Amino acid sequence: MKILVGVKRVVDYAVKIRVKPDRSGVVTEGVQHSMNPFDEIALEEAVKLKEKKIATEVIAFSLGGPKSSEVLRTALAKGADKAIHVQVSDDEAAKLESFHVAKALQKIVEHEKFDAVFLGKQAIDDDSSQTAPMLAGLLDWPQALYASKVEDGGSGHMKVTREIDGGLDTIKVKVPFVLSADLRLNEPRYATLPNIMKAKKKPLKAIPIKDLGIDITPQTETIEVTEPPVRQAGGFVEDVSALVAKLKEKGFVKA
Amino acid sequence: MGKEYPGGAKWFHDRLKLAFSKNKDVQDPAQIEQLIARGEFVVKEIEALYSLRKYRAMKQRYYEKDEEVSLATQKFEESVEKL
Repeated sequence: MKILVGVKRVVDYAVKIRVKPDRSGVVTEGVQHSMNPFDEIALEEAVKLKEKKIATEVIAFSLGGPKSSEVLRTALAKGADKAIHVQVSDDEAAKLESFHVAKALQKIVEHEKFDAVFLGKQAIDDDSSQTAPMLAGLLDWPQALYASKVEDGGSGHMKVTREIDGGLDTIKVKVPFVLSADLRLNEPRYATLPNIMKAKKKPLKAIPIKDLGIDITPQTETIEVTEPPVRQAGGFVEDVSALVAKLKEKGFVKA
Repeated sequence: MGKEYPGGAKWFHDRLKLAFSKNKDVQDPAQIEQLIARGEFVVKEIEALYSLRKYRAMKQRYYEKDEEVSLATQKFEESVEKL
């Protein structure tokens, strides 16, 4: 089984996000970036399947600006065999939508034969969680979203346990399929220094977006980005009667 | 290894250097082995710290409310069943 794993370069999870003064987006210049944590989980699962000999090859994919190659190197250090970087400029990358990513993945999958595409359930920057279902739709493949466990289901199937509201859902999907990883699927490994060094020699193919023939004109427009409202500080009351009086004053308790 | 450390890479690096220089006079091979094993243990601990930190951050951002809600509905359903 040949697995394609989508990874996205996002602002690091530990960074405090700041909104640009003109409210057009968030500050990304001079901010630490890393691989989307959910993509890390998807990658880890693909590498684990390779270690279990269920998968034969793991190929990392990223659509983004020039610096996306950094996360692809990280992916290679964590166990991917090859990487594909579909290049756009930084300005274009800021306006990319899930649909464009799904389209790019579709082209790559149609070009080289893959048996599965693993993606994170959502990216921690735009939180849209649309890429996986859109890709499944475009390819007309079955989908296993929000996976928390992946097993071999026998006879060309995979058994996937999904996290849904109020419980777990176990499904059998026919290979080829699209999977999106949930948080509890596994614990991603840390890239060791020797593996980081080895990753520098692994093949990373760069393809300009033009060569795939995808139109990346934005279909949505960002009107405004604002910070969440700041929580108002509470006050202290001296005793119970003061509290009751305050509650009555505000109308929370009937007088 | 120290790049992601909560106190910053410099803070981490200074402590690391200190830890090494503290044992620079150790000559006994057995003790050196022991210290290397300890170093490897610390590396593992830090890796675990990083992954736990990330896991917790994700859980707090994306899951806590869901779980509270489902716990509340579960409680509600149970109380309904009792009636």
